[in-house]
Amino acid sequence: MNLTSKWLGLTLKNPLVPSASPLSRSLDSARALEDAGAGAIVMYSLFEEAVTAEEEAMVRFLHHQDHGHAEAEDFLPDHMDFPSELDRYLEHVAALKASLEIPVVASLNGVTDGGWLEYARDLQDAGADALELNVYYIAGVPWEECEQVEQRYVTLLHHLREEISIPINMKLSPFFSSIGHMVKRMENAGAAGVSLFNRFYQPDIDIDTLQLQHSLHPSNANDCLLAMRWVAMLYHRVNCSIGATGGIQSGEDAVKLLLAGADVVHLCTTLLQHGPGRLREILDFIQEWMARQNFEALDEVRGRMSQCAVNDTSAFERTNYIQILDSHSHGRGVWS
Amino acid sequence: MLTIDGNEAAARVAYQTNEVIAIYPITPASPMGEWADEWAARGQPNLLGVIPRVVEMQSEGGAAGATHGALQGGALATGFTASQGLLLMIPNMYKIAGELTPTVLHVASRSIAAQALSIFGDHTDVMSTRMTGYAMLCSASVQEVMDFALIAQMATLRARVPFLHFFDGFRTSHEINKIEEIPPEVMQRLIDSDAIAQHRRRAMSPDHPVLRGSSQNPDVYFQGRESVNPFYAATPGIVHECMQAFAAHTGRRYGLVEYHGHAQAERVMILMGSGIGAALEAVDTLVARGEPVGLLKVRLYRPFPADALLDALPETVRSIAVLDRTKEPGADGEPLYKDVASALLQAHTRGRLEELPRVCGGRYGLSSKEFTPGMAAAVLDALRAAQPPHPFTIGIHDDVSHTSLEWDPGFRSDASRRMTHCVFYGLGSDGTVSANKNSIKIIGRCTDHQVQGYFQYDSKKAGAVTVSHLRFGPEPIHSTYLVEPDSAAFVACHQPNFLTRYPMLEKARQGATFLLNTPHPPERVWDSLPREVQQQIIDKQIRLYAIDAYGIARETGMGRRINTIMQTAFFAISGILDTDTAVREIKAMVEKTYGRKGQRLLQRNYAAIDASLAHLHRIEVPQQPGSRISMPPVIQGEAPEFVREVTATLIAGRGDEPPVSAIPPDGTWPLGTAAYEKRALAMEIPVWDAALCTHCGKCPLACPHAAIRSKMFPAGAATGAPESFVHVPVKGGRKELPPDTHIRYQVAPDDCTGCGLCVDICPIRDRENPERKAINLTPVEQVRARERENWSFFLSLPEFDRRALKVTTLKGAMTLQPLFEFSGACVGCGETPYIKLATQLFGDRMLIANATGCSSIYGGNLPTTPYTTNPEGRGPAWNNSLFEDNAEFGLGLRTAVDMRSAHARGLLRDLADRLDPDLVRDLLEARQRDEADIHEQRERVAWLKQALAALPDPKAAELREAADYLVKKSVWLIGGDGWAYDIGYGGLDHVLASGRDVNILVLDTEVYSNTGGQTSKATPLGAVAKFSAGGKPVMKKDLAMMAMAYGNVYVAQVAFGAKDVQTLRAFLDAESYEGPSLIIAYSPCIAHGVDLSNNLRQQSLAVQAGHWPLFRYDPRRIEQGESPLHIDSKPPSIPYEAFADTETRFAVLSRTHPDAAQRFMKQAQAHAREKFQLYEQLAQIRLDGTPESPDTPDRSAP
Repeated sequence: MNLTSKWLGLTLKNPLVPSASPLSRSLDSARALEDAGAGAIVMYSLFEEAVTAEEEAMVRFLHHQDHGHAEAEDFLPDHMDFPSELDRYLEHVAALKASLEIPVVASLNGVTDGGWLEYARDLQDAGADALELNVYYIAGVPWEECEQVEQRYVTLLHHLREEISIPINMKLSPFFSSIGHMVKRMENAGAAGVSLFNRFYQPDIDIDTLQLQHSLHPSNANDCLLAMRWVAMLYHRVNCSIGATGGIQSGEDAVKLLLAGADVVHLCTTLLQHGPGRLREILDFIQEWMARQNFEALDEVRGRMSQCAVNDTSAFERTNYIQILDSHSHGRGVWS
Repeated sequence: MLTIDGNEAAARVAYQTNEVIAIYPITPASPMGEWADEWAARGQPNLLGVIPRVVEMQSEGGAAGATHGALQGGALATGFTASQGLLLMIPNMYKIAGELTPTVLHVASRSIAAQALSIFGDHTDVMSTRMTGYAMLCSASVQEVMDFALIAQMATLRARVPFLHFFDGFRTSHEINKIEEIPPEVMQRLIDSDAIAQHRRRAMSPDHPVLRGSSQNPDVYFQGRESVNPFYAATPGIVHECMQAFAAHTGRRYGLVEYHGHAQAERVMILMGSGIGAALEAVDTLVARGEPVGLLKVRLYRPFPADALLDALPETVRSIAVLDRTKEPGADGEPLYKDVASALLQAHTRGRLEELPRVCGGRYGLSSKEFTPGMAAAVLDALRAAQPPHPFTIGIHDDVSHTSLEWDPGFRSDASRRMTHCVFYGLGSDGTVSANKNSIKIIGRCTDHQVQGYFQYDSKKAGAVTVSHLRFGPEPIHSTYLVEPDSAAFVACHQPNFLTRYPMLEKARQGATFLLNTPHPPERVWDSLPREVQQQIIDKQIRLYAIDAYGIARETGMGRRINTIMQTAFFAISGILDTDTAVREIKAMVEKTYGRKGQRLLQRNYAAIDASLAHLHRIEVPQQPGSRISMPPVIQGEAPEFVREVTATLIAGRGDEPPVSAIPPDGTWPLGTAAYEKRALAMEIPVWDAALCTHCGKCPLACPHAAIRSKMFPAGAATGAPESFVHVPVKGGRKELPPDTHIRYQVAPDDCTGCGLCVDICPIRDRENPERKAINLTPVEQVRARERENWSFFLSLPEFDRRALKVTTLKGAMTLQPLFEFSGACVGCGETPYIKLATQLFGDRMLIANATGCSSIYGGNLPTTPYTTNPEGRGPAWNNSLFEDNAEFGLGLRTAVDMRSAHARGLLRDLADRLDPDLVRDLLEARQRDEADIHEQRERVAWLKQALAALPDPKAAELREAADYLVKKSVWLIGGDGWAYDIGYGGLDHVLASGRDVNILVLDTEVYSNTGGQTSKATPLGAVAKFSAGGKPVMKKDLAMMAMAYGNVYVAQVAFGAKDVQTLRAFLDAESYEGPSLIIAYSPCIAHGVDLSNNLRQQSLAVQAGHWPLFRYDPRRIEQGESPLHIDSKPPSIPYEAFADTETRFAVLSRTHPDAAQRFMKQAQAHAREKFQLYEQLAQIRLDGTPESPDTPDRSAP
């Protein structure tokens, strides 16, 4: 059975790609993912804020401890030569490349068009096969226009493209007025692929302390329907790779997203909950399902249920909205 | 070539040639131990092929003991110390010398605390050890420190006599100079490996056991002492040989003593240490003028090389002045003088010297007092007299004993004229010093010039002022004194507001360059200068340059860091290097600092450097001054005579001027002087919003500088208040308070440091505008004038009747007048709020024993003190004895107070039949539990004094003197964790065990804060601190638990930022407990690597994470059938890491030692939970001490 998948110009042995998560922080768990059959691995993110916050903190508290006290020139021992957040990340890229055979995709997470984009070149030099850029941006002020928000992504991508030659994957949030248009813009600006969708941490309110709490609610299976719709709608309408991410918990979910047209399926929460072995279960399910359905190659599966492929085009109309609410179930061919 | 300071020079050699380094922090020697620790932490092996083991001990006494042990165990061991630390080592020094053990102790010599502590340099400490049997070798320059460190090590191994190698604290230990390095291979060749082998063979070993350290009796002890004479007799010769061998390998020649000057000199001065530099310049200048003068440098002081001294002195010498940098009160001369005099007399006795020269001795340079070529010239000049003065002093004006020589302040050495002098005035926090250190290194590297840098600091921790003195020139620089008036070719003022405070252009020579950081555009700069400054610029034809460094820093994202900007401007206009080279070098330095870690930081710095070139302006100087601004008086408004005459001079930085008669001889100074030192540091100050405020009292509690106050007063008292002086009826508490009681919260605008803690702690938010609180930071320029007027009016309002205030509430307690105000503590200091609170509650009857450390520095470092008095003139009586003895000192105070009180009570009983019996009874039986009781007792004492005045009995007079002791006194022992956990623990433990009524306040910053953040036993597991570069591997000592074990000690652990009312309760409980009380107070510190604007948050996190559980252990509860321990905080509710990650002291370890960091965090988390569980279980314990009932079965029965 042929599960070979093309993604960002890379050839993967199968379409299951663990997305950015702590599992890539240790070589052991990364190897376990590879052993479980992962087609590639996206590393945990290098956050712009983490790099810059570390820089600032170290400057403030280690490099410049000037107080002007006659008895104390400084307080903390100054270790000029310890590895920075970036150094540690680069070391880890190299270590993963050395110990894994599957492609390793580095991940940058940031929002400003700043010097940190230069880190991308370091990541490329360290051996990353591709780079994922996660623009984790919330347009929090009411006077910021849609175009400004979109342009932020385009500008970042442009600059990143100038820095590196390896493929770039853009991880996008679902909060765009026209997702399809946005994906097109990414493609035109040089993205080799997009991942749909990023999930934002949602603040919560503690009603006892009257304080805000920051918590991450794990995704659930229903979440993957959001990606499924947009993957299906964009399949064959864009040229770049499409990765599906967010809420893919089971083999069944994975199959659905492949049917919708995803080049790869990203896994995160389910691996964190059940361990790297979960990937093997999902892979096995896909193969069993393909066997059951008499598919020989994944290419036969991919996009089979995309918007282009679904016969009943009238079913894409908004009227189905009512139907969904009514039945709490999704009818065949309902994408829009 | 190396450009380093004296401490690093000594440490380099010590590290290379030793295996065990036992240390304890003390200024100015601490950096030597820190260097050694850093190299060891990096795993650098030394010449002996090992990474030396650096062991931090609990005191210098401990370090000396550990050194002694290591030496007896056959290791090569060394140490570093100064001052009181050296005194603590004396007993071991006798032992080490007595056993003929080779070792070198490196000492950055420093004053000894006498009438006052001083951290600065002189020879009082080393002179106190000259009987120990250590050889003493003295370095006079940074180069010599490195060279003599090795020569001492070479000599001690051969001679078996231990060596004390010393050099002047600060002047040499902290001076940066360009020196030649001794390559390790040269060190290797010069160290005698056979001698090392012999030392090892003498080690204690069960394989060839001996007895050493016996107890001897009258029969043999004396002979034993004399048996070592041959070793001492041989030592000078060995040192001489070592110096020759050293010269053969390095080309640098030294003698035991060295003569410098006119070959037929008639007048010669003899001295040792850094003063040699200034003396040498004077002698060269005078010899060039044809004067027959010379200088004898003493290198080896013990064993005293009398023969070498006689050999070196020119035969033509007629008179000699011996200078000692120490004082031996009551002696007829200081030690070096006596040694020289004795050597000459002996030579005369032996017939070697027919005619004795005239010899006199004098003191100079105590506590780093300036010693200039002009002073040295004055000494040589005094030798012209037929009877040269003895004893004399030089460098001060002694109008009491009339010992001082006059000198010509205008004398400039020829060497001084041939080099370039620069001075830079900066803030401690603006990076001026570090930028200048870099500049020295750049000049040293890029030119053939010799360079020198020396840095002066004031005594403040917040808003410290630094003056950097840089020199460079083609010849070696021996100028061991500050840049003199009219000498500097370059003067820089890095802070615009210094212009009106420091007469910095006095340093400028004719035609000098003056660089000013100013926010004014070029066309307005001239008019912004005070008239006096304008006049100096015109008179001295100074070239004036201006740059808006803060503006550039802001625009280039550098925040408030102006160091590289000012540094670039310095190079651009000083012409030392061509600008391109300088900019390239500065950028290279920046790159070295940030490396690839900070591309953005690099770019920012580069942008700032480039921008500074573009924004540097030459200002045209008119012919006449036209400014209306003039230098304001140092002290504004009225002040007592002493403050006006003495304190003001010290504040102005002219403390060298007051004569001896102006200085109190016994170290007694008036209180309340910090209030005269208006430093106006804050850029933003808090302004009260009366409409929102609920009068909770939290802001005055949190203020580290007592700059925000609340006061209650009858509304009518505010008649005539300034218009903006809003005051409102007190909310709540109206039952206890008289009707129409108003309250006002007020900031002292010139004393606030702008830390913002008051705003942070304010719990009230404006519902309309959640950004706004009941107190809000406001740009100071908008409100300064108004708030000055309001503050003045606020002070004029009477203090509220203490009896009417409910001090168990913050609202009430915070209305009490703080008797600790405006200290020089750091912005946002975590310690001072506790001291201030204690003075509010008990200050008017408080005696404080203060251990040396931060609290003694911001508490009692001249020119001023924050301790003050109330309107009746009462306030805390404060003294700092030492670091190590504070508990004992405090117990002594308690004992004296008890004795005085008992004496007064005895006299009262004796006189009872002649006094009102009710008054006597009330006086003797008064409980004095609260403010009302105390007030009544004070009134009784006043009546008693009146009644006694009418009695002719001498006992009545005696009782009048002692009557105030009938009022309860509150004795406080205050210090940091270095004192309580380490050096003073033995005494503290003893005082806790004594059962006496003392209150011990431990300000726990979890490191030695004052000396720069060294590890103490209070340092938590996994925290990085000096001497724990890899994270502290063991848990913090649980001092509270140890104290609780006594059972009868009141113990509280508090953190005011986490639970303020618990802190208040603990202070009240502790003071009321009639036995020993221990309050351990969590005190966030800059040493934690946190921004102290987060002080309160850090306290909360520490409590929430279980790092700092809050509790009170009150033995009185046992009598009430309750558990003595009451826990005041909840079980750990956040992961330990959530606290630790916010502090650099922990966070940095996850970068440097990630595995260890992870392990420590896990352990710390588990430990926090376990500790809480333990306390929780202890809090369940009931102790009633009653015997078991007869019904209880006999457990011992079979």
